[in-house]
Amino acid sequence: MRITEYEHLEGLARAGLQSLRPERTRIAVGTASCGAATGGREVLQAVRQDIEELGLDIDLRETGCIGFCQVEPVLEVRRPGEPRVLFHNVDARKARQIIHTLVTGRMPVEYALCWIPLDGERPTWQLPRYDQLPFYAKQQKIVLRNCGLIDPESLAEYAAGGGYRALWRALTEMSPDEVIAEVERAGLRGRGGAGFPTARKWRLCRLAAGEEKFVVCNADEGDPGAYMDRAVLEGDPHSVLEGMAIGAYAIGASEGYIYVRDEYPLAILKLERAIADAGAAGLLGRSIFGRPFNFNVYLARGGGAFVCGEETSLLQSIEGKMGEPNQRPPFPAQKGLWDKPTNVNNVETWANVPEVVGRGSTWFAGIGTGGSKGTKVFSLVGKIQNTGLVEVPMGITLREIVFDIGGGVLGGKKFKAVQTGGPSGGCIPEKFLDLPVDFDELSRTGSIMGSGGMIVMDEGTCMVDVARYFLDFLKEESCGKCVPCREGIDRMLEILARICNGEGRTEDLVLLEEFATTTKDFSLCGLGGTAPNPVLTTLQYFRDEYEAHIRERRCPAAVCRALVKYSIQYERCNDCGACLKLCPTGAIVGYDKRPHYFHADKCIKCGACLELCKPGAITVA
Amino acid sequence: MSEGLVEAIVARHDFNEHALIAVLQEIQRRRNWLPPPDLDEVARLLRVAPSRVFGIASFYKAFSLVPRGRHVVQVCTGTACHVRNAQQILDRLSRELRIDPGGTTPDLRFTLERVRCLGCCSIAPVARVGENTHGRLTQHRAATLLKKYR
Repeated sequence: MRITEYEHLEGLARAGLQSLRPERTRIAVGTASCGAATGGREVLQAVRQDIEELGLDIDLRETGCIGFCQVEPVLEVRRPGEPRVLFHNVDARKARQIIHTLVTGRMPVEYALCWIPLDGERPTWQLPRYDQLPFYAKQQKIVLRNCGLIDPESLAEYAAGGGYRALWRALTEMSPDEVIAEVERAGLRGRGGAGFPTARKWRLCRLAAGEEKFVVCNADEGDPGAYMDRAVLEGDPHSVLEGMAIGAYAIGASEGYIYVRDEYPLAILKLERAIADAGAAGLLGRSIFGRPFNFNVYLARGGGAFVCGEETSLLQSIEGKMGEPNQRPPFPAQKGLWDKPTNVNNVETWANVPEVVGRGSTWFAGIGTGGSKGTKVFSLVGKIQNTGLVEVPMGITLREIVFDIGGGVLGGKKFKAVQTGGPSGGCIPEKFLDLPVDFDELSRTGSIMGSGGMIVMDEGTCMVDVARYFLDFLKEESCGKCVPCREGIDRMLEILARICNGEGRTEDLVLLEEFATTTKDFSLCGLGGTAPNPVLTTLQYFRDEYEAHIRERRCPAAVCRALVKYSIQYERCNDCGACLKLCPTGAIVGYDKRPHYFHADKCIKCGACLELCKPGAITVA
Repeated sequence: MSEGLVEAIVARHDFNEHALIAVLQEIQRRRNWLPPPDLDEVARLLRVAPSRVFGIASFYKAFSLVPRGRHVVQVCTGTACHVRNAQQILDRLSRELRIDPGGTTPDLRFTLERVRCLGCCSIAPVARVGENTHGRLTQHRAATLLKKYR
């Protein structure tokens, strides 16, 4: 049915509410990429089989990522008149036990993590409310409002949460200029990295000369360690489509492109479905809501090139060319896709737009700090207790994110740094943990907000190795068009590799700084311009580690292979023989029930023995 | 392999040169790599220079100009995986398969690749075999995983 009246939208929302608050039990399994990779599909299969075998009247759904990836796979149960119950670390066996207990009428709370309110129902069992868990307590969900809550393939369930009402409001009550003014008052800034004011970008494009204009969604989430865009596309694709439609109306565009990374096949599937459903409902296509506004969305699949996250390269790639950046100006707002005015925003920015327009700028601007409004989604990963996607109001401190939400460093080790902003960012040391996180404060440390990757590093992470890692990444990804980036990265990598190999020279650090500054100042696009950041920040905050590598030929974190030695602490060895079987080169000799010996010259330092040594008798130093 | 495959794919995209990347993606999905004769045919059908087709095919990492194995093993070396020992997992698989990253086993069963971030950072380290992603790997688990695909 085509939606042309507000009543139609309300009807759709009612249908969505009925499936979200069903009259029969509903079970949803998280099968986004991270859920599937930890066994979510097997859980789904087991539940489906049980439902069939027992002939149960249960509505089985798939859902996106609820953010708490540490406890994946997750399964959610809602029964009529009860709040949602979230089960964690579920496997096929546990799923069966949950179903079999549900059949008896009892809620198997012993396997559950928490309950989540739905309509003000109170639980009758003893279980923490989700926001009593430290992981969720300080979070505020705007972008991730629907992820893990709705079935991403259901347009009705998206509408149930107010979906497409912001588009209605924009098209029927507001002029394009009023939409831009609203976004401006909200203070929304681009979530892709640089934090450029969204409204200013839109206005530039609106005012640009030309009949034909485009909006583009940058879903080429290339920063390693960040995956919030994937989660939104897989868990709530309509929020991006609605945001793009509102933006297109404001700018005066009638076509949109979503450029998705090749590495995200599931996101592409969900988007294809969402575009088809929205088109069938008349929410995309010609005369949307019966108004004189046409908007179509097309998908473009990336080819696996990091530089295509940069907007001018991305546009080249959509045109079927090599993704090489162009000099700006002219900005895409003047001369973009096929030389037409084009507005590029990333997934998270677009997903914010319906909330900004739907709930109003006053509400949105009330969240966050002076210069950075709203929330930001971070992927909290690395050496951290609770990994996952966290959405927090701007201005929260790093310490709150890492220690309160994240539960601190994995295995009780000592915190060393948190890396933000991907290869363009830097490593932020402990002394800045109380810094409020927003666009401006983070750049003061020499790092950037970036797209929101937050990789926690502990005492077992070597900062020289991290700098080398990022340059190795960038060397592969530099498109090679300009000399400072192509050669600068290569030379810096050469020096860092030397230092990691224990062949560093005293003059290396000065040389590194010189290369870093030149590459930063003279590169053509943002890739090269920010490439030295990981080097510069680690040099600034962890210079002692560089010096240990060069002067003492020692890797304090015991990571750099050329500088470490494996050995067995005989007093701890319980002679179990596990390492004997594992060692690929026969560097460990001994017999069961007798202490083992180590042939240092045969050891290739692969670390296989470390994995299975229960008493921790093998040490690396 | 099927004759007329390239032509059918190009025709589906209305012989539009802007669809060059999408065309190559579809060919690779069917053939598992991009054979040189196919590239020439694409150039001819889309009326673009063969150098441009080759340029695209060599620029983007998703494309392979050499035959790949039946199972493509992609070890993620994104930052989160890196700090959780992804390199050791890559090295281990490299030893198990007796090929360097980027290489293919002589029996064309496995290709080993290093990729930058599969977007499953919360369950690092991660590897993908074909379309299946596996998280929370150890060297040992990664090596055992291969047996399922042998």
